[in-house]
Amino acid sequence: MSKQLHYALFTGCTAKQSTPELLSSTLAVADKLGIKITILEEASCCGASHLQDFDEFLAHVLNARNICYAEKLGLTMITICNTCQLNSAMTKHALDTNPELKARVNEKLAEVGLEYKGTSEVKHFLYTLIDEYGLENIKDKVTVPLSHLNIAPFYGCHNIRPSELHEEANGGENPYAPTSLDRLIDALEGNPVAYESKNKCCGFHVELQANHTSEVLAGNALLDAMDNGAEMMVTPCPLCHLKMDTYQDSIGKVMGRDVELPVLHMPQMVALALGCTEEEIGLNFHVQKATHLTA
Amino acid sequence: MNQSKKITLKTFRFNAETDYLPYYKHYEMEVGKDELVLDLLNRIKWEHDGSFSYRRSCRHGICGACAIKVNGKATLACKQNALELVALFGNELLIEPQSKKRAVKDMIIDKKDFWEKHAAVKPYVVTEVEPHPEHETKQSIEEFNNFLDSDLCIQCGACHYSCPALEVNPDYLGPAALNAAYRFTVDTRDEAAKERLEITAEPGVGVWDCVKCYECAEACPKEINPIEKITKLHNLQFSEGVAKSNVATRHAEGFLRGMKKYGYLDEADIVTYSEGYLGMYKHLGTAIKMMKSGKIHWHSGVPFIDSIPKIKNLDEVQKLIKISQTNKL
Repeated sequence: MSKQLHYALFTGCTAKQSTPELLSSTLAVADKLGIKITILEEASCCGASHLQDFDEFLAHVLNARNICYAEKLGLTMITICNTCQLNSAMTKHALDTNPELKARVNEKLAEVGLEYKGTSEVKHFLYTLIDEYGLENIKDKVTVPLSHLNIAPFYGCHNIRPSELHEEANGGENPYAPTSLDRLIDALEGNPVAYESKNKCCGFHVELQANHTSEVLAGNALLDAMDNGAEMMVTPCPLCHLKMDTYQDSIGKVMGRDVELPVLHMPQMVALALGCTEEEIGLNFHVQKATHLTA
Repeated sequence: MNQSKKITLKTFRFNAETDYLPYYKHYEMEVGKDELVLDLLNRIKWEHDGSFSYRRSCRHGICGACAIKVNGKATLACKQNALELVALFGNELLIEPQSKKRAVKDMIIDKKDFWEKHAAVKPYVVTEVEPHPEHETKQSIEEFNNFLDSDLCIQCGACHYSCPALEVNPDYLGPAALNAAYRFTVDTRDEAAKERLEITAEPGVGVWDCVKCYECAEACPKEINPIEKITKLHNLQFSEGVAKSNVATRHAEGFLRGMKKYGYLDEADIVTYSEGYLGMYKHLGTAIKMMKSGKIHWHSGVPFIDSIPKIKNLDEVQKLIKISQTNKL
């Protein structure tokens, strides 16, 4: 690589709160790979699809504001949460294709001295690693091959659907048979587990109001992975992680079977293989015991 | 894709009257570049096994009868080029009905649940019509455009049988019925908007049980994007004053509480605010586990203690909320 990669990082809320290990492992991976990261300290919550349910226009205004700060730096905005990715990309798409809406949003943004132009790409870190850094280059940096691990890739809905919205940012991933995480696991010399639920929903978004639905969806995926020999699961989405790591006890009760499977963030898995420190990887922050993976 | 290809169709077979369990049969065939999935279904029936059963009618993507699944992908057989799917999934295509548990014979399923949900949202214009009107009930272009794409629904069931929420909760209306609810709710000739919004606001039944997986947007052969209409119904419930304060509506509106204070969602506050203090007992076990692993802290969500760092230029977010917010709970 001739030119150093440089991105504006939209951390999202969870990486600043309940999943600090996501932020530390992301920064550690970028550091090891020589990718420059500028954190967008001005960025707000993306609305997580819930603010969108309450007030769609307001959600567009706030997401456009986040992208404005990446545009000011002249950088691609990268996300480390599928839901941040979806909501940012939906606003970008809506504004870039609807001049009337863009004008209405910019009218509001002008009140705080900002203007959305549409000049920055919005891309999940997973796909910048694969499409821009390159799997071969990552492979060269592996110091702790994951060859002893059967790893179930869990893609998370908001990176792969709707595919038309994402196709430019995610390299045209087939939502019915995605491969990016599998290929990343391969590059780290781990063993990707084949199982049907890898592109299914984890149920996170109805955790409060439709708890049973949420538990069954997460349970189906976790048990499917376990039944196919997974020793850990990996996901690019901290919301999938929260649902599937934090609630394994209650999921087990609903499913009538013990559920025990460490669920790692995508950057944590890469950090493991690149030999980052235990502190950077942060497995101690998991509810389901995962610290044995660094042993 | 100029050349034909030799492929295998791994095909779901089942006759509810005679078979205890379904089974799969493999059919090999040479497929040409212009052949549709429906052509392949015809060839199974005409060249291999005359008992093979599937619905087909218009052959023009209008009647919705021939909807099936190929490798898990919702497919309108008469609209889908076969080699496109080969490019996507390889030389073996898995041919299955939309819902295996509802299979009656091979590709034919019992769609009773679909039609019941559809009927439940009053999918028609409700209004008093003059017996002898002097002129048509006109629609402006804007009024028409409001529901134009949602009106393209052909009731094929592709979204309905791709929805994972429906698989778990049989009371949920599902994306097709909710799209129909939206279509007639925003029709200016209709007078049952409020009633429909109340039906679709019902916990356990309506829009709040959507899991946001976007399977419906992916599945629709008419590119309607049902979840986009579900989001619009959510918004209409607030703008039309139909939304009642409950765990789901507070969860949506409550995002602004943390955003006004910190710029971020306040994760602990959103759970407390949505559930109410009494509802918090359900989350105690999880909260203790999260505290033990350092995911949350003793002061998370405690009023008057700022537990989250504020974003830079928070005043911008506060001002934008003030001048852009259109809905209220």
